[in-house]
This record gives sequence, structure tokens and C-alpha cells, in this order.
Amino acid sequence: MLCNVCKKNKATVHLTQMLEGEIKKMDMCESCAQNKGVDDPGISLVDLLVGLGPAASDALAGMPSGQKPSNCTTCGYTQVDFKKSGRLGCPDCYVTFENGLNQMLRSMHKGLKHSGKAPKNYRNTRELAARSKKLEKELQKAVDEERYEDAAVIRDSLKALAETLHGVEKAATASS
Amino acid sequence: MNLNDFLIPTGDVCRRPGPFDRIVLSSRVRLARNLQDTPFPGRANKSERQNLLKTLKPVIESLRSMKEGYSEELSKLKRLEKQILVERHLISRELASKSQGSAIVLSMDEIFCVMINEEDHLRMQAILPGLQIKEAWKSIDKLDTMLESKLPIAFSSHFGYLTACPTNVGTGIRVSAMLHLPGLVMAEHMQQTITAVNKLGLAVRGLYGEGTEALGNVFQVSNQMTLGESEIQIIERLNKVVLQIIDNEENARAKLLETKPKMVFNQIGRAYGILTNAHIISSKEAKNLLSLVRLGVDLGYFPDVDPAVVDELFIVTEPAHIQYGEARSKSPEERDILRSNLLLDRLSNMPRPVMKAPILPIEKIDPKDQETDEEKE
Repeated sequence: MLCNVCKKNKATVHLTQMLEGEIKKMDMCESCAQNKGVDDPGISLVDLLVGLGPAASDALAGMPSGQKPSNCTTCGYTQVDFKKSGRLGCPDCYVTFENGLNQMLRSMHKGLKHSGKAPKNYRNTRELAARSKKLEKELQKAVDEERYEDAAVIRDSLKALAETLHGVEKAATASS
Repeated sequence: MNLNDFLIPTGDVCRRPGPFDRIVLSSRVRLARNLQDTPFPGRANKSERQNLLKTLKPVIESLRSMKEGYSEELSKLKRLEKQILVERHLISRELASKSQGSAIVLSMDEIFCVMINEEDHLRMQAILPGLQIKEAWKSIDKLDTMLESKLPIAFSSHFGYLTACPTNVGTGIRVSAMLHLPGLVMAEHMQQTITAVNKLGLAVRGLYGEGTEALGNVFQVSNQMTLGESEIQIIERLNKVVLQIIDNEENARAKLLETKPKMVFNQIGRAYGILTNAHIISSKEAKNLLSLVRLGVDLGYFPDVDPAVVDELFIVTEPAHIQYGEARSKSPEERDILRSNLLLDRLSNMPRPVMKAPILPIEKIDPKDQETDEEKE
């Protein structure tokens, strides 16, 4: 049996795990297993499937791949880094890679939207700022490519976002 | 402070009572948290991690629950000390593999443990004996709330608490119960149980969590999904499932005694025989045999024996605990001899099991479980 990862060496590490009632199997050679950190008990098959495999590629297909990989503006993380490690680089990566993430999260979790505890002093200004940064980039791209209809939609969302951001900041100043 | 001077003696930890502690060894709730504007530990470079540690450590130490606690950087701990902490289930193996830029802060009662710069900036857990998942959540929730007033926690209204791995995003919660299930294993119902529990979106793992073997018939049941469900929903479901498993385990034990008492007696008797007569014993064999002796204690075959004595042996026969206190580093073979000496010493006063049928364990068990049921309400 050949290694699923490098497809060159003989697979000597066999990993089986139950994921939501389905048996997932992976066969790897020693060095690929080590690279994937399989001997490190902190890893699970979920992480591996996130990193490679057809399901993961499907999930990542939704990411704006294009010719240039999109970087996280905060930490410089790329989609390739994410694919390799199965981990994100910083909190803002959740905004950068949102499109692809949504599809992946759907296969991992019960829902896509958080429900439960939130920090008391949470002010989502940061998140909104990151979102607007991303939209500005998209707007510029749409204009460059002369997709004016798309640009108009993006401009409207940007405007709405700016209003929310302003509102939140006002509320924050008022309450403090 | 020296770690060993700080840690509560294993015997005292094992003597802490908890609801359903015949079967549930401990309950744990862990939260993953990160700071805004800061790369996750896996992405951060060494100096970023160290700076972060400098910010985080004093804040955690200042929490009321951490008063007079133990706080140390991983780089200052010896390998053996890290291993001791893993064997006591206080830190993860992942944290134990870290050095520069990571730290542990442990409360005096060892209920709270905060790991700094593990996979996430903060991994905080509360562990309680027996089935006390809800109580553990309440405790760690309080600690988390205190912390968020002091630190800018990364949170999004859409994705919830942001974590390095998307498998933890949302609530960032991992709820688990450690269960001793010799009856289900003996009755060969364990695979069935695991399949059923998996269908509910929960995972069943071995003694040390992800990717570890279920030594000594000890299993960890935990949630997998963290996004789209509130903490309370996750906890309620896990609690319900654990109660069901406890029920199944008691039934399996009763059924085995009814249908194959000699098989059960044989296994417990042989386990006692080997533990008290071995001269070389591996930690794996010791655990599997201790599990059977613990079952014997549960079933009343070792009258006057405190189950905590057996539970403590589960911990002190682990490799690092055997090595600790030895002047020179021991090979696994030497440890196997030391382990058998220790077992002989601790069990020398333990009388042989008295196993005369008919023994009806269910009648014996019921009043205790009833009591704990009432306590819970």
C-alpha cells in the first residue's frame, strides 16, 4: 500500500477515526506522518482532512484562489499555509478566508453561526473594520475589471458597514 | 516553587468524592481563547510568543482562583516534571512538548489550569471529580468572564470565539468526562457504545485524549462540534449521554454477574494474583489489571478497601511517577521492576478477594446512586 500523501513510499502508519458515524482512514509513510504530526497526539484526522484530501479541496474551492493567493492583511498568512497546517494564522484570517471557511465549517460543526457566550465588553469594531478593508479591496478589483454592477453592490455594503461601524463606536463612547 | 512540593498528594486527589464516581473518574471543561491583533501561537515567532507570555502570565496569576497557585514557564520545567503533569491530566501532551514562550498556571486546589501558548493563546480548564460537567462549566465560565474584562479577546459575532484550528471555533469549548467501563468492555459492548455516541456528534477517546489507547478500560467522551450550538446545549447533551453510559455500564456488570459470574471472578482474581505476585510489570499491564481490581472493589469483593487506593495506583504506576524520586534515570525494564515493587508494597495489606455468588450488586449500588441523584437536584 502506498502513502496517501506522497504516493511514493510504502504506507506504514494507518490512521482510522470515526467522524460523525463515518469511518475515515488514512495510510501514510513514516516521514509524511511525521510531517503531518501524526505521532503528536494533538492532531486528529479532522485536521488532516482539512489539510488535504478531496473533501478539503472541495471545501477550499470556494476560496478566492485565482492566480494570486490571497494573503491575510494582518498576519500575511496564505491559503497555502492554511491548507498545509489546517490552522489559521491569526483571528483576522477568519475574515480573509471566510468564503472557503464557511464550506469547511459546515462539514465540521452543527451550524455556521455562533450561538452561546459572548464577551461582555465585546465591541465588534475590529471585525467590522477588517470586513470593510476586505470590501475595499474587492471594490477596487471590481472597478479595475470594469465590473461596475458588482462594484455598486460592494459600495452599498461598504456604506452600510461604515454606518454600523460608526454606530457601534458611538454606542461604545456613550457607554464608557 | 518546586513542582512536587506544590502538587497535592495523589492519594488526596483520588479521595475527593464526586457524583457517580464509581464510574465517572472526572469531568472537564476546557475553553480556547485568543487575543485580538495577535498571531496564533503556531504562526507567531519566538519573540512574539515570549512577549505575549509576558502580558498574559501576570493577568492569569492575578485571578482570584489562581491565588497561591503554581505558575511556571515550560522552558523552566524538567522533562520529567512535564510528564508528571501530563500523567495527572493537568496539561496536554501538546503543551508538554513546548518550551520557550509557553507556560502553565495551576490553581492551588488543582481544579483550574490555564495553559498559555499551546495551540491557542489560552487554553483554560476546570476539572472536578465524578460527574460534574455543569459545575465545571460554571467554574470555568466565571474565570473566563473575569479574564475577558482584562484582555481583548478575539471574538466575532458570526464565528464566535476565534481559534487557531477551525474545529474549535465558536464556543471554543471542549467538554469531557473520563469513564471507567470494564463491564461494557468485558461484555463486548464497547464498539457498539462508541458507534452510538459518535452518531450523536460526540467522540470517544482513550485515557490521554485524542489518538491514545483506552488503557485500563478508561474512556473519554467529549464533544466534537463547537459552532452553532451554545455551551449549555453541548453540556446538556454530553451529560445525558454520560448518564446513559453509566446506566449501560451498571447493566452490563449486573448481566455479566448473572450470566457469567465465574468469568468475572476469574478475571478479578487473576488480576489480583498477578499484581501482588509480579516481579516485572509494564504500565500497560498494570493499568489493565488495576481496572479489574477496581471493578472488584466496586462490586464489593474487596471489603474495607478504599477505591481511592486503587485509583491512586493508576497514577503512581505511570512511567514518570515511577521515575520521580529515583536518583538516576531508569530504563523501561528497570521501571517495570520498580513498578512491581511498588504494587507489592501498596497491595500487601489488601486481602484476597471474597467472591461468593450470589452477590447482587445492583441492590448494593442503588442507594448510593439515589443519593447522588438527589444531591444533583
